[in-house]
Amino acid sequence: MTALHTQPAADAPAATTSTLDLAGVSRWYGNVVAVNDVTMRLGPGVTGLLGPNGAGKTTLLHMMAGFLAPSRGAVTLDGEPTWRNPGVYRRLGLVSEREAVHTFLSAYEFVLASAKLHRLPDPEAAARRAIELVELEGAQGRRIGTYSKGMRQRTRVAAALVHDPQVLLLDEPFNGMDPRQRLHMMALLHRLGDAGRTILFSSHILEEVEQVSGTVQVMVAGRLAASGDYRTIRRLMTNRPHVFAVRSTDDRALAVALMAESSVSGVELGRTGLTVKAGDYGAFTRALPRIALRHGIRVRQLLPEDESLESVFSYLVEA
Amino acid sequence: MSTVTWITARGLFGRSRFLMLLPLPLVLIGLAVLCRSLGVDPGQWGPPVLVGLGLAVVLPVVALIVGTGVLGAEIDDGTVVHILTKPLPRWQIVLPKLAVAAGVSAVTVAVPLYVAGVLADSVRLGLALVAASVAGALAYSALFLALSLVSRRPVLLGLVYVLIWEGLLGRFVDGTKVLSVQQWVIALADRIAPTALLGTTVSVPVAAVLTALVTVGFTALAVDRLRSFSVAGETS
Repeated sequence: MTALHTQPAADAPAATTSTLDLAGVSRWYGNVVAVNDVTMRLGPGVTGLLGPNGAGKTTLLHMMAGFLAPSRGAVTLDGEPTWRNPGVYRRLGLVSEREAVHTFLSAYEFVLASAKLHRLPDPEAAARRAIELVELEGAQGRRIGTYSKGMRQRTRVAAALVHDPQVLLLDEPFNGMDPRQRLHMMALLHRLGDAGRTILFSSHILEEVEQVSGTVQVMVAGRLAASGDYRTIRRLMTNRPHVFAVRSTDDRALAVALMAESSVSGVELGRTGLTVKAGDYGAFTRALPRIALRHGIRVRQLLPEDESLESVFSYLVEA
Repeated sequence: MSTVTWITARGLFGRSRFLMLLPLPLVLIGLAVLCRSLGVDPGQWGPPVLVGLGLAVVLPVVALIVGTGVLGAEIDDGTVVHILTKPLPRWQIVLPKLAVAAGVSAVTVAVPLYVAGVLADSVRLGLALVAASVAGALAYSALFLALSLVSRRPVLLGLVYVLIWEGLLGRFVDGTKVLSVQQWVIALADRIAPTALLGTTVSVPVAAVLTALVTVGFTALAVDRLRSFSVAGETS
């Protein structure tokens, strides 16, 4: 551990790697089940924890970080429980979602305090290095109260990285960041992952996860819905049927014409218009105007119906 | 100074809540000076000012504001997570916070009580009030610090204890005085500087033992509760 602290973080390979294990973990609040029987193993590299809001990502992260006791099951870091065991914080860092910082301190003071609380051999150097890592050198002497949301977020990341932990958990780390900061944070997570650290970050935005990590754990309604390589999951998602609401001058004729189109897998004629299921989003939206023109029908409305994240995720559960 | 002490002190003095501490001690000194300068008999103004205001209101209220602030404020705004994600045994977080709470409360209360005690009677009474209020600040701080880990409404619970238990019941039901920090403080001060201005039915050994027990017991409770500190699930 001590040797790690003297090395520059992120770029240096981790001397040892850590594994975070969840075995049949559930957490409930009264009658509400927030996390339901989740088993996963997180090793070196970047993993994205993906899921819609309210899926139980934060609850799961809090259990991983030792801030919540599992109602059932066990969360262990290298075999040690994370609950009621402050010793795990030598190897684990947490960036929580809540934007909580001591606004009366400067970023340098804040990160230095973290380094001192970790009893690092050279806290000043560790604090400077962590601040460089998140590119906050220019503002490090100013009170955190004067910072933008993105800068506060980076301050918290610096504080969580100051002891160069083998495991870093981040809850919605990209919230409130501008595109440049987002890219920078993604690059940082990549570097940490490549250096052998175990990085887990949660997000409800598919594209964020796509850009940062190859491995994804998808949570829906407290359950682990999908787990594995992002490309496989992405393929499942692009191939899923899309549902459109279509209204035109002649719905019945349009329905007949659409059934001949290969990208359409089903048409339902309703009182207010058509509900069309299409396997390929792009092919269908290109074909529709062509078909309508050919049959002299005017399309009045075309609305994709199932584009909410929840529907995408629930499709994954069924897949 | 430990890092926890430093952050706690910075947090305490950096919050506007801290300014709430100032008026009460000033009122205490002001009243004592006024009575003394008007030549009122200390036998008349001593008990209401020293006990009625100083020990029954200023000491517990200051200790309540500070004691629930050192950890409770960090729990409220979520910054406590930064201290908790460190490999520190939890007593190393609780003890420095208790020291800051008790220290700040003691200084804030002991100075006006000393001035009032000297004006009412003697330097000896002033010093007795200082010593007793330091012991009281420690017991109150341990109690209120633990409350901020046990309940989400520590200030309300603390006020109920101070106003209802000590203030109201203590006046009418004699038995409740045995479990009243205020009465222990009076007993200890009266033992150091025996005077007609202070009086209680609680014996000095009982007061000393219970003060120590409350301080140690609630500190231990706080350490244990901090070990199992849960971040409330914010997921909808």
